[in-house]
Amino acid sequence: MDKIDLGAFRFNGSVLGEIPDLRQLDPADRADMLMAGVDVEERERSGTYLQVDHGEVHCESHQPGLELLDIKQALAKYDGLPGHFWTQVDRDKDEFTRAAAENLHGGYFVKVAKGAKITEPVQSCLFLKGDMIGQNVHNVVIVEDDAEVHLITGCSVSHASKGAAHLGISEFFVGKNAKLTFTMVHNWADSTVVRPRTAGVVDAGGAFLNNYVLLKPVKDLQSYPAIRLNGQGAVARFNSVIVAPKGSYVDSGSRIELNAPDTRGEIIARTIASGGTIVNRGFIGGNAAPAKGHLECKGLILGGGIIHAVPELLGTVDGVELSHEAAVGKIAQEEIEYLMARGLDASEATSTIVRGFLNVDIMGLPKELKDVIDAIIAESEKEMF
Amino acid sequence: MLRIEDLHVTVGEREVLSGINLHIADNETFILFGPNGSGKTTLLMTLMGFGNYTITKGRILFRGRDITHAPVYERARLGLGMSFQRPPTIHGLTTRQLVGLCDRDGMVDVDALARSVNMDHFLERDVNAGFSGGEIKRSELLQLMAQKPYMLLFDEPESGVDLENMKLIGTTVRGLLTGGIYPKPDASMKEQRVKKRPVSGLIITHTGYILEYLNADRGQVLYDGHLCCEANPRDILDHIGKYGYQECVRCLQ
Repeated sequence: MDKIDLGAFRFNGSVLGEIPDLRQLDPADRADMLMAGVDVEERERSGTYLQVDHGEVHCESHQPGLELLDIKQALAKYDGLPGHFWTQVDRDKDEFTRAAAENLHGGYFVKVAKGAKITEPVQSCLFLKGDMIGQNVHNVVIVEDDAEVHLITGCSVSHASKGAAHLGISEFFVGKNAKLTFTMVHNWADSTVVRPRTAGVVDAGGAFLNNYVLLKPVKDLQSYPAIRLNGQGAVARFNSVIVAPKGSYVDSGSRIELNAPDTRGEIIARTIASGGTIVNRGFIGGNAAPAKGHLECKGLILGGGIIHAVPELLGTVDGVELSHEAAVGKIAQEEIEYLMARGLDASEATSTIVRGFLNVDIMGLPKELKDVIDAIIAESEKEMF
Repeated sequence: MLRIEDLHVTVGEREVLSGINLHIADNETFILFGPNGSGKTTLLMTLMGFGNYTITKGRILFRGRDITHAPVYERARLGLGMSFQRPPTIHGLTTRQLVGLCDRDGMVDVDALARSVNMDHFLERDVNAGFSGGEIKRSELLQLMAQKPYMLLFDEPESGVDLENMKLIGTTVRGLLTGGIYPKPDASMKEQRVKKRPVSGLIITHTGYILEYLNADRGQVLYDGHLCCEANPRDILDHIGKYGYQECVRCLQ
């Protein structure tokens, strides 16, 4: 992986202004957003936040109990969000966090009021449209006690763009008995560099469920969200589905710290290298008992590429139960023949096994988003075998 | 239905089947006996067309077509259906999805079929994931019922199955072989039998429990890659029960 030269990107000057109706967007851009799970019709969505390049262009919410703002507005309204802003991610962690701290372009602020159950997903899209644009965003999601929300965030780049950099800070706060489902779909291009920096904290009885889908090429992505389960009985689960075609370098992992009794963490990552490189990391730390964690890093190499699985478990007290399963391999011939004996030809059988392996169903996504993901998988299968 | 002519098969370097000749007629059920390692499973795997089994001589005709070198899925689509003894687990694929895939014309009621083999609670589970012996057998039968084959290949339907499951499995296998004929208001069983498509069976058994449920017409012993001793399956079973396979060795010498 080459060092990223942030100086090569434009971090100022591309602000579009408000787009009240997302259907007015350029059809090509809409198509790119759709591939990241963003529904411009805003059907079955309780709110939408859209940012293009360096500024927010659309932000509205339709449901009581849900507050959706551009982060700059939220900082103004809540006096800089003390206790939240830059509390989970260290602003001096690296040049990317510093860049995001020094020149904030936008990002979403989601707050779900105590006890509010937001039934339809909130969607956000961080879109890169211009050439050689660098985008700094900072997202803050607060789900207060007993509240629930599903946030679908699509990050996408215009296919007319010749290069782009996306630096995103995300900080999550899940209150007592609250539940945050965070689904992120990335639709980058083979010239995009991506450096998200994500961390969050879950209070007693709370749940953080993270789904991550990356099926399209990306030049260089490094992502390692970290969740601390600080309250008794808190739960975190990460499901990731990653495909790295030729030219992609993806260093992706998840980290869970079990810091209170009765906490549970699960990380399930399914990766396919079809020419590209994947570093598949996972870390579960057990610092309280009883606590349970399970980590699964499974990878298939189909048509070239590299997968480096790095599962890590750290127990620091008596009574923690941590386990992992890691595998890098191929599709078993025995499974292909089993399905062929049921009448599937070789490519149907392979495709069925690959879909089962990726197991997007586990995420429990809304149907139209799942349909989009299925279509992208069908498309990318052509390059796998 | 099925005709095997002078079939020689090697696995790796070793010849496992040495000149098998076998004809199974329409609506006939043939029982194959033989000690462990005699080549029974190899015969079934070769008929299905799996990779590690190399045909060095002879040919296989199924429903009038030469399938000696046909790919597995073509044999399956032509109507050859196999119940696996140790099928692989397929993660992320539910039993319901697989049964749907078996049913290529999309005609079957998956839930009703699953209830008939007591598998309705397994439909949402991944294929074979953590299934017991009996559950695997019932799952295989469920898939075959959806597949509707002309020729059923069974490798030890009774292995790993308790008595209660044995009855369900036995009657289901019988149902598959007889094509679901039962008294109906609009057609006598005799009329149905005339119209129904032929279904034949090739069943490997060690214990013979399955014979309690089937009308098996013929049987033979496979010993060391050679077929011998054709007789009524019950007589063969009685004989093996009393004398083991020793007499087969003498017979072949």
